[in-house]
Amino acid sequence: MAESTISLTINGTKYTNAVEPRMLLIHYLREVIGLTGPHIGCETSLCGACTVEVNGKAIKSCSMFAIQCDGASILTIEGLAVDGKLHRMQEAFWNEHGAQCGFCTPGMIMAAKHLLDRNPNPTETEIRHGIEGNLCRCTGYQHIVKAVQAAAAARG
Amino acid sequence: MATTITKPDTLIGKRIRRKEDPRLITGTATYVDDMKLPGMHHAVVVRSPHGAARIKSINIAPAVAMKGVALVLLGKDVADVAAVPCGASLPGLRVPVHTILATDRVYFVGHPVAVVVATDRYIAQDAAEAVEVEYDVLQAVADPEKALAAGAPAVHPQWPDNTAFTFHQEGGDTEKAFQEADLIVKQRIVSQRLVPSPMETRGVVANWHVAERSCTLHTSTQVPHLVRTLVAQMLGLEENRMRVVAPEVGGGFGCKLNVYAEEALMCYVSMKIGKPVKWIESRRENFLTTIHGRGHVDYYEIAAKKDGTITGIKVKLIQDLGAYHQLLTPAIPTLSVLMLPGLYRTKSICADIVGVFTNCVPTDAYRGAGRPEATHGIERMVDMLAAELKMDPAEIRLKNFVHNDEFPFPTATGLIYDSGDYAAPLNKAMEMVDYTKLRQQQVEARKEGRLMGIGMSAYGEICAFGPSPATPAGGWESATVKVEPSGSVTVMTGVSPHGQGEETTFAQIAADQLGIGLDDVIVLHGDTSIVQYGIGTFGSRATAVGGTALYFALQEIIEKVKKFGCVMLDSEEVTFSGGQCTCNKTGNSVSFKQVAGATYRAMKLPPNTEPGLIATYFWEPPNFTFPFGAHIVVTEIDRETGAIAITRYLAVDDCGNILNPLIVDGQVHGGVAQGLGQALWEQAVYDDNAQLITGEFMDYAMPRAPMMPWIESAHTITPSPVNPLGVKGVGEAGTIGASPAVVNSVVDALSQLGVRHIDMPMTPEKIWKLINASELGKTA
Repeated sequence: MAESTISLTINGTKYTNAVEPRMLLIHYLREVIGLTGPHIGCETSLCGACTVEVNGKAIKSCSMFAIQCDGASILTIEGLAVDGKLHRMQEAFWNEHGAQCGFCTPGMIMAAKHLLDRNPNPTETEIRHGIEGNLCRCTGYQHIVKAVQAAAAARG
Repeated sequence: MATTITKPDTLIGKRIRRKEDPRLITGTATYVDDMKLPGMHHAVVVRSPHGAARIKSINIAPAVAMKGVALVLLGKDVADVAAVPCGASLPGLRVPVHTILATDRVYFVGHPVAVVVATDRYIAQDAAEAVEVEYDVLQAVADPEKALAAGAPAVHPQWPDNTAFTFHQEGGDTEKAFQEADLIVKQRIVSQRLVPSPMETRGVVANWHVAERSCTLHTSTQVPHLVRTLVAQMLGLEENRMRVVAPEVGGGFGCKLNVYAEEALMCYVSMKIGKPVKWIESRRENFLTTIHGRGHVDYYEIAAKKDGTITGIKVKLIQDLGAYHQLLTPAIPTLSVLMLPGLYRTKSICADIVGVFTNCVPTDAYRGAGRPEATHGIERMVDMLAAELKMDPAEIRLKNFVHNDEFPFPTATGLIYDSGDYAAPLNKAMEMVDYTKLRQQQVEARKEGRLMGIGMSAYGEICAFGPSPATPAGGWESATVKVEPSGSVTVMTGVSPHGQGEETTFAQIAADQLGIGLDDVIVLHGDTSIVQYGIGTFGSRATAVGGTALYFALQEIIEKVKKFGCVMLDSEEVTFSGGQCTCNKTGNSVSFKQVAGATYRAMKLPPNTEPGLIATYFWEPPNFTFPFGAHIVVTEIDRETGAIAITRYLAVDDCGNILNPLIVDGQVHGGVAQGLGQALWEQAVYDDNAQLITGEFMDYAMPRAPMMPWIESAHTITPSPVNPLGVKGVGEAGTIGASPAVVNSVVDALSQLGVRHIDMPMTPEKIWKLINASELGKTA
């Protein structure tokens, strides 16, 4: 299939690659760039394990083509910690046991971070709705909710 | 030499954040799909779209012709690979030959028919779609009761009655108990098929090393050593030439306690192409082809005296097996039978299982594996009995619990319950909700026309699988403790954690015993070339059996440390405590790290002692452990819509001693979510043609965050006498306790409408219909 060239910024680094027009963003991130933090849980935009930020918005990267991201700025879980210092959402997931098997965790953290970006002091109900696009089979969500509450509190 | 050192506080029972988390929260963990090997190819499996069909023809030419396609294999091409194994044995069990690719016939939707291998996953997918398979569609059957009816389509033509086995177990004198009963309550109870749905689907990277004639299989599994033994057998490969690695595993819940066709198939593909090959199951494939759980239709009868004493339980259990036996398929309902007495004293139990073939994906172990089905049945029956007798559901349970002075308690099903205080969690949960006041509130609510329900369950479990004679493949577990010259410690455990946190809890055990820091210990698992043979993680066994193996390995290390300590301190007798070996006479001491160095430096060896500091222990458990607990659920039902709101959820669990409360609560929460999923939302639905119509997360209602109530969890602690840690296991507790408590609560809410039982999942539609069919509905 004919390829198109895209240029974009991922976690602060510029990339230019030729991609098939049908290549999903998640496959581009994982297979071409080698960022395997975002996971593939369903490929149908239902589970949220592939959640990344594109131009500041949390999106499911299985439901977007790589060529749609030409010129975009993307943040993945790998870019969240700065200079080795964990983002407060990562720290909160660690402290509150928000991860068990860890497979949903990168997407969950990105969705939760985006929630706090929009709403710094969410109620429990708002937190649950804020992460409802992300499935977790291990935790029953309770420790994830506590982690988001802790991260919100840490923001002060 | 060091002199005074204060013994650090114990690490046991501490809320310690997990050692495995840094890689998970930074996205740097390596799951199977994250692996990339030089020359790696990609495989896609062509699957049957029909529940039952004869394969008339397959044309692979269009696929083979595509650029980048390396190989296409059909059933006839893999005839030298042995069948997918069934590890369970029952008298008279019919075992269909489960080839890794279908040959002349397909038996369920998703049945693998061909494998297509290409240089790129997109090409492999395109090529798989180009394979032309012509089917002669046959009549299929998906419902186990329909499959048993005369004239039903035969799933396997050689067995027209669709019966894989029957199994009878009886304890006590059930006939007498039923004859002498004051009342008998009967109910048909369905425990519907569920899809385990770990967030990571299955996946395999197989790598055949031509020159070494050996194979490395990376697979998302709970049982790497068993996979190694069995896949090597399937391939006819010596076991020592097979290496299985379970890398980071994204959840299992029982569905990865198995050996799957694709694991052997991809090894075979790699042998053929001489290159590594990756196969990652799509979510759709996961729904269609990874084992399902539950799938019971149970006919219960419970006998009792007027005062509420339960005297006997009978069940006819119909188990939907699916089209084949996977590793443990036929064994799962026998666990239901073992669990039938629940927490109660009744000594008369009679169970008859019929295992039924259907044109569906096989059922097998899913969180709880047989025990949730039984507990659901028993706890529903006890509630129905209470309703008949107009007794409070708590009162009837408290009356029938095994007494504290009766342990070890032999059950009618041949188990010996280890220890318990069965009233304690129920009483604690009742205190937490203020049960008496709650019942008064319910009276008030009913006066206002509100549908408020209070439900409970008192559950027992069979955990820590288990004594080897009671398991298909050995029930022991192994641990190696390797102390390096610097004193840093590596634990190698035969269990294979995939979210349960044993890298942390096992480090706690080791650090606590050796008096060293948590960061001085690392825990390795899941790689058969690193770790001694082990059994794996399932059946709430990892800590109770694997942790105990570790405990005993640590005792061997400590004994050797003390021997070297005697030499180093020129002492007859030393004490090892807090990481220090101390001479009982002089009070002089050497540290664990100093001793570790001395064991390798080997300047002076104690008598009959080898250099080095390493110990391996295989621990055989003398019994299962039997955790227990109680859940209380308060619900309110919307009369207009049938929607169920859970307003309180209490889970009081007794899993024996607790190593890390943070992890234990996480296990309870997750377990409850899966039990609530069954009670309220989840169901694998096959239509009459055996098409799975809940084949994606769009149609299969797995709980999302807003659907879950806040779980108030608490514990009572009754240590197990079975192991020195006093632990019982907690992985399945929440799931086992949840579904009956929720259904009991909703039935309680609707009891004023004459409702006495509701089968799961209790969808709003189902509830709305019940309300509408009642007088209340007509007047509303």
